[in-house]
Amino acid sequence: MGKNILKRIDLIFKEEDDFKKVLEKALQSTNTELINEMIASGLKGRGGAGFPTGLKWKLTSEAQSETKFVICNADEGEPGTFKDREILTRVPYKVLTGMALCGRIIGAKEGFIYLRHEYKYLVKELNKEIDRFHAVLDELGLDFRVKIFLGYGAYICGEESALFESMEGKRGEPRNKPPYPSDFGYLGKPTVINNVETLAHTFTIFQHGSSKFNELGVKDSYGSKLFSVSGDTPTPGIYELELGMTVEDFANDFGDGDTKAVQVGGASGFCVPRKKFRETHIGYQGKLVGISLPTGGSMMLFNSSRSMFNLLTNYLEFFTEESCGQCTPCRVGTQQLLEGSRAVKRGEKPAAYLDKLLALTETMKATAKCGLGQSVANSFQSIVENFREEMIY
Amino acid sequence: MTKKINITINGTELAVDHGTTILDAAKQLGIKIPVLCYHKDLCIAGNCRVCVVEVAGVSKLFAACATPVWEGMDILTNSLMVRNSRKHIIELLLSEHNADCTKCYKNGNCELQELAAEYKITNQDFIDLIHSHSYTIDSFSPSIIKDDSRCIRCQRCVRTCDELQSVGALTVAHKGDHMKISTFFNKPISEVVCTNCGQCVIHCPTGALIERNYIEEVWAAIGNPDKHVVVQTAPAVRIGLGEALKLKPGERVTGKMVAALRRLGFNSVLDTDFTADLTILEEGTELLHRLKSIIVENDNKHPLPMTTSCSPGWVKFFEHIYPDLMPHMSTCKSPQQMFGALAKTFYARKIGVDPEKIVSVSIMPCTAKKYEANRPEMRDSGFKDVDYVLTTRELAIMIQQAGIEFNDLPEERYDSIMGTSTGAGVIFGATGGVMEAALRTVYEIVTGREVPFENLNIQPVRGFDGVKEATIKIEGTTPEYKFLEGVEVKCCVAHGLANARHVMDTVKSGKADYHFIEIMACPGGCLGGGGQPIPTTPEIRQKRIEAIYAEDSSMTLRKSHENPEVIHLYKEFLGEPYGNLSHKLLHTEYSERQRY
Repeated sequence: MGKNILKRIDLIFKEEDDFKKVLEKALQSTNTELINEMIASGLKGRGGAGFPTGLKWKLTSEAQSETKFVICNADEGEPGTFKDREILTRVPYKVLTGMALCGRIIGAKEGFIYLRHEYKYLVKELNKEIDRFHAVLDELGLDFRVKIFLGYGAYICGEESALFESMEGKRGEPRNKPPYPSDFGYLGKPTVINNVETLAHTFTIFQHGSSKFNELGVKDSYGSKLFSVSGDTPTPGIYELELGMTVEDFANDFGDGDTKAVQVGGASGFCVPRKKFRETHIGYQGKLVGISLPTGGSMMLFNSSRSMFNLLTNYLEFFTEESCGQCTPCRVGTQQLLEGSRAVKRGEKPAAYLDKLLALTETMKATAKCGLGQSVANSFQSIVENFREEMIY
Repeated sequence: MTKKINITINGTELAVDHGTTILDAAKQLGIKIPVLCYHKDLCIAGNCRVCVVEVAGVSKLFAACATPVWEGMDILTNSLMVRNSRKHIIELLLSEHNADCTKCYKNGNCELQELAAEYKITNQDFIDLIHSHSYTIDSFSPSIIKDDSRCIRCQRCVRTCDELQSVGALTVAHKGDHMKISTFFNKPISEVVCTNCGQCVIHCPTGALIERNYIEEVWAAIGNPDKHVVVQTAPAVRIGLGEALKLKPGERVTGKMVAALRRLGFNSVLDTDFTADLTILEEGTELLHRLKSIIVENDNKHPLPMTTSCSPGWVKFFEHIYPDLMPHMSTCKSPQQMFGALAKTFYARKIGVDPEKIVSVSIMPCTAKKYEANRPEMRDSGFKDVDYVLTTRELAIMIQQAGIEFNDLPEERYDSIMGTSTGAGVIFGATGGVMEAALRTVYEIVTGREVPFENLNIQPVRGFDGVKEATIKIEGTTPEYKFLEGVEVKCCVAHGLANARHVMDTVKSGKADYHFIEIMACPGGCLGGGGQPIPTTPEIRQKRIEAIYAEDSSMTLRKSHENPEVIHLYKEFLGEPYGNLSHKLLHTEYSERQRY
């Protein structure tokens, strides 16, 4: 599979069925020790935003409330991402273990897996797994229960506050922030919400300690990550790779020899043109030289047969439809970007109109209520700036 | 003492309370930040993003209405980035808005238009999205017109319908570019649970929700020499109209309004306050009948508590939500409809005009009154009792169209025959007013003495608390009302349908021991009605309520049963309160409606 330029890691999917032992080991430590271990690991959110997991848990543990919640965000909806489904299919106990220990640390007795509607077929097997897990929790005297909450199919509900609204039976619209989930989450209670993969990584950290985790990756971007590789590649699939790799190595490993661009992070991510492959690293902002791009795991490769105009308008059609529609910059901005790009292509607007649209994306980035509207700028700017001719002619 | 938060706005330092939003903090410095989705009556949405401001050290902008300040926050409300972003957002809103302002009913009273003017949006570069979509105009309701092409999706109407009114007729449907404000199964608002209260209309910043206006119909009637056009004015119009004609909130313009109506060409200018007094006699007598049949005859056919029925928004809400409590609703028509039924019977006979030639117009602070006038039951005179209902706003438009300098008008008096009223009639315009007026009369009928409150001002039922309660012990009754000796009459007053629902749920559960409940559909009562000038805010409602009670205090007669024209009406025409002719003309019945 692939040319094996990049080292394949095998942590996440490694069968370590004895989660009871991991739980027992962790339960011997104090909550403070566990949080410190999590912080020491340098684990950052694998959903794409990259918030330090240990800090998130610490903040929520400090919030004053009788009731708290742990939520596993399995609303995997970013175009080109399909890794969480695999985790929940193959190693769900790792996720459940992470949730239960998080629950003990922050003081939550209930956890939910917010499952993407399209993953409904997983419910039966997952519930069996949850029952098996609950039995072990009972043996250990750990008071924690997990339920599945099936989403209704809107992309926006992957945004954490829209997810809470959806769970509360309301329309899935993002909330104003602050307050953040650590203070005011599901049902207004302090809530930890982590991506499926993040929770799976915490299993490794609980099992082997932070040092085993952060011997991989680079400073500020420790550990490995699952990548959903798709597009013009002879070897599509899910791969666990070290953070910090360059897009060049990635394209050489997975490309078809004619890779023109790599879309990092799905429709809401960045499009990296070939000329920037070498200077672009995959990881979180920090000590990496050059450009560093976070990703929820979506890596789409495009070869020279692809029209970047079609690519961008395809993304914009997606956003125009999937915006919740509540805030102006996102609801109208996405429509203007889409219709404006088409107008330029048709010659109805001058090429310079693209600059007006670029300025609009700056406003969207600064003023949209949630990450959806803010991140539309990523793909628009990176495609228009790097492939301007394709947008016009 | 709570700790103050130290912040800086545009270079000026200030300390504010914990939890203060950037918007309110800026207000303290006299800095205005533009808003659209924000309204003081409603919860924070933070979705229009017009109020964004910059915070030093943060690349994202923050919605001033939705962001509480934090220690050391350094805020810029007018930086280059803020200005550019705001301008973009206004341009975006205009691109999906039917900005055909000259053809808009709200032209000149539109918050989006004001912002566009303020930011000088002259070159609209963005693509016109409005003409690539199809939009519906829902004009089936006799009260409210909903034009989606003018909607900016601020959701003020949705929050109003849901939070203030707990009606939930309006909701957000679909997402992304198809997101719109809709109803149950996208039916016309006339076919859903909508109460026609018009609170959405006075909270809408643009022309997306407006009243159905009958201005041209009324001009046509006035201009028709074969017609005799009578006009009645509701209590709350006289304390609201000035606002729509550039006067300050809370100005009492009763005399000028009468003068203006005369100059518009109405044949007779009469007062709904007259039938408000009449309502008190009918409803008060009905209450006493109910008390008597329950206490003396042990007959529960007309149960207690009895609820008022003057607010047509409340009546329709009741029919939708509490059909099983139907016998609790007073059978009295509203003052508007009592007036209408009398205009084409008693009044017509009195002035010797064929009732067929009478056109009966009413000026109301209300949009639900338009619906009420069109109810099939409201034809007891043999004709449509009230032909056209205009809101306070529509009257202001007619006055402007006629070129009348309102401010220069002399103060004039209402015509006689249904033009005389008391202070009890005028306070119908405020929440608690019907209760207070009823108590002034009922107490005196039962005991022969004035209600025991200083200057007749029954303070416990006044003010803007959502639900008010009062208990009055009846002592020293006349022989006829001996059965009420020592009874503590328990009263409850609620305004705004969310509060109404709260009270009625306790009635439904059997936990309430009230005798009499006054409910007004709109926050503050009619003075905050859906037909009143825009804007209507908590501060403006306060000014209007002060004006109402000032008007009451200024009147010589302050008890409905002392209204000489009402006394005359019974003597000459109706006979006695709650009698046969009253039942035919002044009382009505209700129908069960669906919950959606």
